[in-house]
Amino acid sequence: MSEVIGIGSSPKRKEDARFVRGRGNYVADIKRPNMLVGVFHRSEHAHAILKSVDVSAALAVPGVRAVFTGEDMKADNVGGLPVGWGIKGKDGEPMKEPPHPPMAHGKVRYVGDAIAFVVAETEEQAQAASELVVVDYEVLPAVVGLVDALKPGAPAIYDEVENNLCCDWHLGDAPAVEAAFRSAAHVASIELVNNRLIGNPLEPRAAIGEYDFATGQYTLWTTSQFPHVVRLLMGEMVLHIPQHKLRVVAPDVGGGFGVKQFHYAEEAVVTWAAGRLGGAVKWVCQRSEGFVSDAHGRDHVTEAELALDEAGKFLAMRVKTLANMGAYLSTFGPNIPTNLYAPLLSGVYVIPSIYCEVKCVFTNTVPVDAYRGAGRPEATFVVERLVDLAAREMGIDKIEIRKRNMISRESYPYQTPVLVEYDSGDPRGCLDRAEVLADVAGFEARRAEAASRGKYLGLGISTYVEACGLAPSRLAGQLGARGGLYESATVRVHPSGVVTVLIGTHNHGQGHETTFAQIVSDHLGVPFEDVSIVCGDTDRVQFGMGTYGSRSLVVGGAALAKANDKVILKGRKIAAHQLEAALDDIIFEKGEFSVAGTDRKKSFVEIAGSAYVPFDYPLETLEPGLEEQAFYDPVNFTYPGGAHFAEVEIDPETGVVTIMRYTAVDDVGTVINPMIVHGQLHGGIAQGIGQALFEHGVYDQTSGQLLSGSFMDYCMPRADNLPNFLLEQHSTTCTHTPMGVKGCGECGTIGSPAAIISAVVDALKPLGVSHVDMPATPNHIWNIIRSSSARLAAE
Amino acid sequence: MKISFVLNDRPTTVEVEPSMLLSEVIRETLSMTGTHVGCDTSQCGACVVHVNGKSVKSCTLLAPAVEGADIRTVEGLSGDTGPLHPMQQAFRDNHGLQCGFCTPGMLMAALDLVSHNPDPAESDIREWLEGNICRCTGYQNIVKSVIAGAAAMRQAS
Ligand code: FES
Ligand code: FES
Repeated sequence: MSEVIGIGSSPKRKEDARFVRGRGNYVADIKRPNMLVGVFHRSEHAHAILKSVDVSAALAVPGVRAVFTGEDMKADNVGGLPVGWGIKGKDGEPMKEPPHPPMAHGKVRYVGDAIAFVVAETEEQAQAASELVVVDYEVLPAVVGLVDALKPGAPAIYDEVENNLCCDWHLGDAPAVEAAFRSAAHVASIELVNNRLIGNPLEPRAAIGEYDFATGQYTLWTTSQFPHVVRLLMGEMVLHIPQHKLRVVAPDVGGGFGVKQFHYAEEAVVTWAAGRLGGAVKWVCQRSEGFVSDAHGRDHVTEAELALDEAGKFLAMRVKTLANMGAYLSTFGPNIPTNLYAPLLSGVYVIPSIYCEVKCVFTNTVPVDAYRGAGRPEATFVVERLVDLAAREMGIDKIEIRKRNMISRESYPYQTPVLVEYDSGDPRGCLDRAEVLADVAGFEARRAEAASRGKYLGLGISTYVEACGLAPSRLAGQLGARGGLYESATVRVHPSGVVTVLIGTHNHGQGHETTFAQIVSDHLGVPFEDVSIVCGDTDRVQFGMGTYGSRSLVVGGAALAKANDKVILKGRKIAAHQLEAALDDIIFEKGEFSVAGTDRKKSFVEIAGSAYVPFDYPLETLEPGLEEQAFYDPVNFTYPGGAHFAEVEIDPETGVVTIMRYTAVDDVGTVINPMIVHGQLHGGIAQGIGQALFEHGVYDQTSGQLLSGSFMDYCMPRADNLPNFLLEQHSTTCTHTPMGVKGCGECGTIGSPAAIISAVVDALKPLGVSHVDMPATPNHIWNIIRSSSARLAAE
Repeated sequence: MKISFVLNDRPTTVEVEPSMLLSEVIRETLSMTGTHVGCDTSQCGACVVHVNGKSVKSCTLLAPAVEGADIRTVEGLSGDTGPLHPMQQAFRDNHGLQCGFCTPGMLMAALDLVSHNPDPAESDIREWLEGNICRCTGYQNIVKSVIAGAAAMRQAS
């Protein structure tokens, strides 16, 4: 099967060859010589002063090698976990950024905050000893709700942070918005909650730290989406290990979804403990432990208003959001509900002015950070709920009102009033096609048929746009990023013409070993089988930023394309020398270098071979070797978008919502591998449906205990909860990425919650229901049906 | 204590603690890491293996319970180098996996279904796999894979 498999094909995934045999290599699978095992003792209380931590009984357990506490780390000058973004409030003041020690000292601030780390020869010993750590807590009142946390007199999570307010941020033109609202013919208003989610990649987090006294070399194996960034943050700011003495490896990782894109405390603790003890220390997160230590997502409370003229044209939007930060700022925490949220509030619509205020709030909960979509599903939910509501209140069809306000294809590039400029798109094209595929025309007949069976059928719609390809460093820097967000790739052509790519992104399910190989196969004309992709090891791969924000193809793929171009240029120079022609006369096509207008040529393999056998090279002008590296920094975000339709049936007896149809037409730009793009959309839509119908991270309001702390209480979609999805792409080409790609990893998660809730509300329209908060669980829906029916009966 | 069983056709005897779970025996004692552990409440199915031909969540069985049993894990379907089992091939052909973490459990669960229902309908598959969580694929391609795998197995038999 030695053939070129290029852009637009769907070869079988290279990585699957090992996965289907059970031969993946995940962190929990790794064993090191004489490896010790560590277990965390975590806080049982949401908010308490640590009066004392007594580890003597734990230390006495046979097999226990050490028990470390936050005080030990502090005494060793271990730094706090850094935050990658520093945002500024309305007043220009920087956000409040209290220290985030890897293990707590002095005070614990959420259930699950790490207090001690017990290291033993076996897990049983470590577990048993962990239970013998005696903590004397002075329990303080806790606060977990956003509204409560801001109330005067609320428990103060930090003495130095007034009202638990991390930052009072805003974006947009408030006076213009006020003026527009004054002249509006209609104003639609909504209050909504974006439910707290727990990402739960199926592989729990894990980390192994190792230290070699002889060489002074540290190694960390971790379930990370960005090993280089972990090396940088942990090495420089937390543990003070020089970069060249620290290797971070993220091997096969069992799903990330953002949850694994932060520098976590446990990574620092196992590495530091390994340094103290010598040898290797392994920690594997239990699932119940992951629920209280993986960063959570979403958790907003929002009030939003849309002003319209009498024709149903949008005039302005005003949004006020409270966003939960949890007890500490996680790596990207403050960036998510601000920079990745407010700039998307224009959606795919012309909205002349927008103003958004976001208060980032500390609470006694697990830190909140990015989860697939990260800010953009929240923005889409606000916009689309408002549009649905406005349509209904003004008596305009909800598809029609969208058409009336959409940005037309001709208007691109389109500058929104909230910073971003969309380069390309065709929202109307997506909507029109989705309307046909979803058979909207036949919906009323289906609704009547369902009604005849005593069921409510509803049709929901959501359009969306997202900012992907994180991120143009210049813009990110203006928004508070503390580092660049470029990506890197090295294309190493071996003497035989086969290729190894070293890329700074990370593959944890997205199929990069396949997609990136297709790009190389396409650009260099080498067989797909002859390309290997390497990522996830800081000792093998040059610095890169990792995978999140749908950036791998957009930014990493662009770096790869750029490196391919350099390889071709170098190959042309070699060919010019060998064929005794001018460089300008050498053309490269289909894997061959030839002299234009002649039949003199050299194959890619011949050039690669000769690059390493430079007997007659003019060494002053031509270097041996064929290996090129490129760093690519995008000039703008990319803006995938689309239209999703959901059709749901509700059983009034049980409140169960069944998805009957799901149709999506997405614009993801150029498609490299259609099979993989569909897979990404399936998975993304499923997670969005999870948010809309099932998933909810719930805390007890008084005790701050996480009530949804296992797969039994935190329901995720299972095979029998989901339908098949009907998908099509309606792509426009991104104007500024080398291959025209836009990214597709988060599209599904961004489009689907609003589409599902739109359908649920539509189904319940006969009962006068105008909004339903997520998740629309059977119990929630049954209660709404009951109370609405009672209200209707009374009227 | 010592326990003996047949693992992937090979008679095996190991020294274990009676409190050990079968998943731990397989992964830790025997270092066969194809069987995964995704939860601690028997909810995810990443750990499914066959015990005497039936799919079982290996995190729910204590080691002594498998004395004398015939156990098969994902590594026992085609080994490291043999031609893929038709169900493995079907998962690969139909993009039935992304991160691969749920895959061993999915394969073993699907094979049990096909052993008693050689031509399962989509609804049979969705219902049967209810105990196996996949966070990546949205299940559509897993269902497609199982249909294709079952068809290939019918043809082969
Ligand atoms: S590990 Fe066995 S069911 Fe989750
Ligand atoms: S492929 Fe990742 S959990 Fe199923």
